[in-house]
Amino acid sequence: MSLIECDNISFTYDTKVALKDLSFTVDSKDYLCIVGENGAGKTTLMKGLLGLKSVSSGKISFYENLKQNEIGYLPQQTVVQKDFPASVKEVVLSGCLNKMGLRPFFMSKEKELAKKNMKLLGIENLANRCYRELSGGQQQRVLLARALCATQKVLLLDEPVTGLDPVASNSLYELISELNKSGITIIMVSHDIEKAVKYSNKMLHIQKDKVFFGTTEEYVKSDLGKRYLGGVE
Amino acid sequence: MEVITEIFSHSFMVRAVIVGLLVSLCASLLGVSLVLKRYSMIGDGLSHVGFGALAIATALNVAPLLVSIPIVVISAFLLLRISENSKIKGDAGIALISTSALAIGVIVISMSTGMNTDVHNYMFGSILAMSDSDVILSIVLSIVVLILFIVFYNRIFAVTFDENFSKATGLRANTYNMIIALLTALTIVLGMRMMGSLLISSLIIFPALTSMRICKNFKSVVISSAIISVICFFIGIVASYSYDTPVGASVVVVNIVVFFIYTIIGLIKGNIKGR
Repeated sequence: MSLIECDNISFTYDTKVALKDLSFTVDSKDYLCIVGENGAGKTTLMKGLLGLKSVSSGKISFYENLKQNEIGYLPQQTVVQKDFPASVKEVVLSGCLNKMGLRPFFMSKEKELAKKNMKLLGIENLANRCYRELSGGQQQRVLLARALCATQKVLLLDEPVTGLDPVASNSLYELISELNKSGITIIMVSHDIEKAVKYSNKMLHIQKDKVFFGTTEEYVKSDLGKRYLGGVE
Repeated sequence: MEVITEIFSHSFMVRAVIVGLLVSLCASLLGVSLVLKRYSMIGDGLSHVGFGALAIATALNVAPLLVSIPIVVISAFLLLRISENSKIKGDAGIALISTSALAIGVIVISMSTGMNTDVHNYMFGSILAMSDSDVILSIVLSIVVLILFIVFYNRIFAVTFDENFSKATGLRANTYNMIIALLTALTIVLGMRMMGSLLISSLIIFPALTSMRICKNFKSVVISSAIISVICFFIGIVASYSYDTPVGASVVVVNIVVFFIYTIIGLIKGNIKGR
């Protein structure tokens, strides 16, 4: 069953075309990796999926009762966050806001959801720690827990292992894979082609004039895939 | 203690203390978000716009708050827009607007009343600036600011911490940015005549920065900022009365002292932890 369908979508900045006539679908429980060179439009595509940027032509459709604001998002760290005084609990709880309508304060329902997700990601013992004092891997887990509070369906991850050491990034990959197996659809923008091929079941490769979309097995055999994986095999 | 009873025997001092405390409280709460969002300069820019507005109000001989509130609120939205998406980068845009407003204000003053004590009072504040109607307006607006801040507290946190995530998960981040800008504009207009347009932004920036030396989570930063701000204002105004120094400057000096105390405590704490 497809969950998200992108039909010939294009994005433009002023007059510059960032992405042109791209079509792909994301099925429920997929693990889709989006790869491509810098400037190919990966970030733009992600903003489009999140509704932060509107398409200039084409259409993005959501199915199975998925609303655009139900896509959990793991953004890259911003400068603001590096010295932000917030406890882990506060950050995770803020992910629950989209379910609250106009209600101003958190109730036990939200607090329990936050607790559950912290437990799932193994950070419940950090609940009262200060976010900025955590290691990179722990911070990513916190943001992942926040994203899980916002969604039970789809997670969109923007280069989640950037800046992490190999041990931390491996364990984050395992964690994401676990989440995928538990039924959460994963869309990940990544530079780490080796890991992308290892974990994903579908690949989307965007380049200036070429696009590959298909299963990971097909990708490994395709010209684009072979060239990209060249250094690995 | 005697000084304090003496202060409260003057009605102009009572007015100044009431308005000052409320404005300090509002400014410190909003300050946490503004400082963390790297918007500190918006406060500064707005106060200069407020200066221009005050000058125009005086020249036209109308109630200062009535003119300056709409002008500053509009500028606040404008500044926010500039810092979000524009070819002119945020900091430069703010400098542009604030110096323009300052220049226009100075020209209006020199054409109407001439450069006199008015200018001095606008720049550095005056404790005599508050009339009874100002006090009532200030109290009402401060309460509005406080209520809105408390109601939107969780959303303000989310938008401050991660605007893109908030937008992506369906929170109207731009609306909350507007609310923050609106509240800031109101607070600045209320406080600037007493604190002075050159000094009012310190009320926004200092308490938040001071609290961040020590506090580790958002809620404690907010609460500590509010307490620091109110205490610093009170010490400042008492000192100003006792030593006959300008109010605005005295409050800022107290804030500087507290900032250094907190910085030192923060460093010591950090060192102990580091070992």
